[in-house]
Amino acid sequence: MPSLDDYKGIMPAWCPGCGNFMILKTFRETMAELGLAPHQFTIVSGIGQAAKFPHYIKCNTFNGLHGRSLPVATGVKLANHEMLVMAVAGDGDCYGEGGNHLMHTMRRNVGVKLFVHDNQVYGLTKGQASPTTAEGTMTKNQPFGVLSEQLNPMAMAVALDCSFVARTFAGDAEHLKSMVKASIAHKGFSLVDILQPCVSFNPVNTHDWYRQRVYHIEPDYNPEDRVAAFAKALEWGDRIPIGIIYRNNRPTMEERIPVIESTPLIRQRPDPARIQASLKKLF
Amino acid sequence: MDYTIKIGGEAGQGILTIGDTLARFFARSGYHVFTHQDYESRIRGGHNIYQVRVSDRPVMSSRTGIDILVVLDAATIPMHEEELSPDGLALYDAASLKQKHDKPNFLDVPFMQLAMEQTSNRIMANTVATGAVLGMLGVPTDALEGIIRDLFKKDDLIAANLKAAAAGYGYAKEHCIRCAFLAADAARPKMLIQGNDAIGLGALASGLQFYSAYPMTPSTSIMLSVAARAKEYGVIVEQAEDEIAAINMALGASYAGVRAMTGSSGGGFALMVEGLSLAAITETPIVIGLVQRPGPATGLPTKTEQADLNFALYSAHGEFPRVLLAPGTPEQAFFLTNKAFDLAEKYQIPVLILSDQYLADTQWTFDGFDASRLISNDYRLRGEAFAAIPSYQRHVYTKTGVSPMATPGDGPHVVITDSDEHNETGNLIEDAGTRKRMMEKRLFRKLPLIQAEIAPPALYGHHTPDVVLVGWGSTFGLLKEAVDALNVSCLAAMLHFSEVYPLPLLARLDYLALLRSAKQTICIENNATNQFARLLKTETGYAFNHLITKYDGRPFLLEELIGEINAKLG
Repeated sequence: MPSLDDYKGIMPAWCPGCGNFMILKTFRETMAELGLAPHQFTIVSGIGQAAKFPHYIKCNTFNGLHGRSLPVATGVKLANHEMLVMAVAGDGDCYGEGGNHLMHTMRRNVGVKLFVHDNQVYGLTKGQASPTTAEGTMTKNQPFGVLSEQLNPMAMAVALDCSFVARTFAGDAEHLKSMVKASIAHKGFSLVDILQPCVSFNPVNTHDWYRQRVYHIEPDYNPEDRVAAFAKALEWGDRIPIGIIYRNNRPTMEERIPVIESTPLIRQRPDPARIQASLKKLF
Repeated sequence: MDYTIKIGGEAGQGILTIGDTLARFFARSGYHVFTHQDYESRIRGGHNIYQVRVSDRPVMSSRTGIDILVVLDAATIPMHEEELSPDGLALYDAASLKQKHDKPNFLDVPFMQLAMEQTSNRIMANTVATGAVLGMLGVPTDALEGIIRDLFKKDDLIAANLKAAAAGYGYAKEHCIRCAFLAADAARPKMLIQGNDAIGLGALASGLQFYSAYPMTPSTSIMLSVAARAKEYGVIVEQAEDEIAAINMALGASYAGVRAMTGSSGGGFALMVEGLSLAAITETPIVIGLVQRPGPATGLPTKTEQADLNFALYSAHGEFPRVLLAPGTPEQAFFLTNKAFDLAEKYQIPVLILSDQYLADTQWTFDGFDASRLISNDYRLRGEAFAAIPSYQRHVYTKTGVSPMATPGDGPHVVITDSDEHNETGNLIEDAGTRKRMMEKRLFRKLPLIQAEIAPPALYGHHTPDVVLVGWGSTFGLLKEAVDALNVSCLAAMLHFSEVYPLPLLARLDYLALLRSAKQTICIENNATNQFARLLKTETGYAFNHLITKYDGRPFLLEELIGEINAKLG
């Protein structure tokens, strides 16, 4: 069994008090509890404060480009679908720069687990509005306040029939852990939006702000009812639901590719001699 | 025997069926074939042509003069009548076109009437036309039945097509008084292959397991070539949401341990450029097919140009090694794609295959490809070999600059890479010393090794020539035939670069000495600014005596090129 010390990466460069530390600690504990050694899972990330995450938890890592974690993760998963493949991104990274990829990864339903550290602001570039920043918020870069409507990633995911849609809160370690585990247990693509305070650039959505608003979704709630899920996803403001908002059991992309029905791609060694037969057909 | 058949008509009229049937028939009959198409960016209407050149000796370019013009619509006549050679004939159906041409070089064959009489099926008119062409040429039709069986699959369709072809053949043979074509004896069946299919097959022959791309003319047929054989070869083909996703998916698959490729044309490649830089810093092998068409922007979507050499050379931010291969024939496309996969994995670099619409869509005949020439080395650290080592760092410094590339999950060690500058482990850093060492590892240590792998240009013709024609990529066949034509009056040679960058070393062939000792040198390119001539000047200081360019979106035709060369030579 791996111990917590096995997941020590390099020293984090986040601000003291950052919500990311809580996510990191919980994530390491979850991996240890699941008995997954660092070489048994891969984390793909893009660019942003959240995207540094895999460096701080020792594991197979592809830290790629801003917004592009999902296509890379898709490639990794399709090449080796027996590997647990996760993507970690921020709200700007995933909902902004990588929005097109998010939409199509949901459609593909490739078995990648996406964790979005959603602090409703750009941290790495110091305080510009993100897609989840509330309309009207004043920033140095939005001199007339944010003019675009705040993105609701949960409602968007339900609308796109994303196979697992959940929200959690960095300040609720037990809940966060349960959502990470539920996401990993789910076979299809999963989106877990993690509400996370940014102590440096978001003076509005603070730890207290979230704590006063989040509530655990009722135990009798049925996440497989898509219409109810859409209503649940629209809840925001004074009361913010956390938990599994929507889930379906549709087949994953890797289940539907006959080529990898029995063996992952990386375990199949191509046979170059086959080419003779293909060339013969051209005569 | 060297005849050119041109089929002209609207998109959707059956030009492809006639052209493909003729090309495959000639190839299987043992003739040498070269075909090219000029089509518009539309599915129906417009004006398209399909040109088939057939000969008893190797042919590798399209000629200007037409021997048989197959007319499928009225517009074809005024557009192409003047291209007819002195003994050339236009084949048409007066009743269908509702116009009669009482000229000696026009042959009226009632395609539609014969089709209805024989098969009661209007569509068979095209097969009547195919049969008529064969009748005019007077070639033995032994191979036709097999071709029709391959193309039409269903028994009733096969029977109808055979009847229609026979009717066309018989009618033309009987009525074509002026037909003076001399068919040479057929030889051993030949392989007929198109440029993009050769790239697809080359990739499959190299162990390709993952191809992700976004459709874009004229690169799409590489993806189609792989997709058609995906199940047989065990390849995942994914149509990405855009070219950005396409290259990033391929990089993910490559990182995970399989050979991956993407492809596009200039506009799509523009979107991939950030990913190209990502491949470079993460040292993730990738092969990119860049099939050029005229730009800027959407340009001429279905036409040809060699204008993205500079773009392929200088695209992407930062400094890193890359290899540019530019095949001149489908055979080169097949083997250079194999070399691309080998170099990409051996040095963990991006390798680009630069083709263009002309090579993509032209069909050539060969006696076959010698598959024993294929390289198949697996350079990855996999399975037990990875598990057995005591420790692992993905980007460890080595003498060659190449760090062992392990398959994540195969051993107890983690595989870490980063788009940020990183240390040997793969974790992000910002210190000057590590940065400098990593640049030296990725760039300066690998570069001389990569350059030594690049093959010299192909030298054809005289070995101490007075006149040297220089080109790269798809102009190979044209230059070669131009040299043959010029050698009647002067000592000419061709230097053709199919491995364009890094430029080949001079050790195996001192091409600079050859150029400097020639009286006249001409660089011939299908672009406006002679990009290769500029590259050679930048890298070696060598300047050509003459430059020939063509940038109307069309390929050079043989006689047209020879005319331009003679004008330069004076």
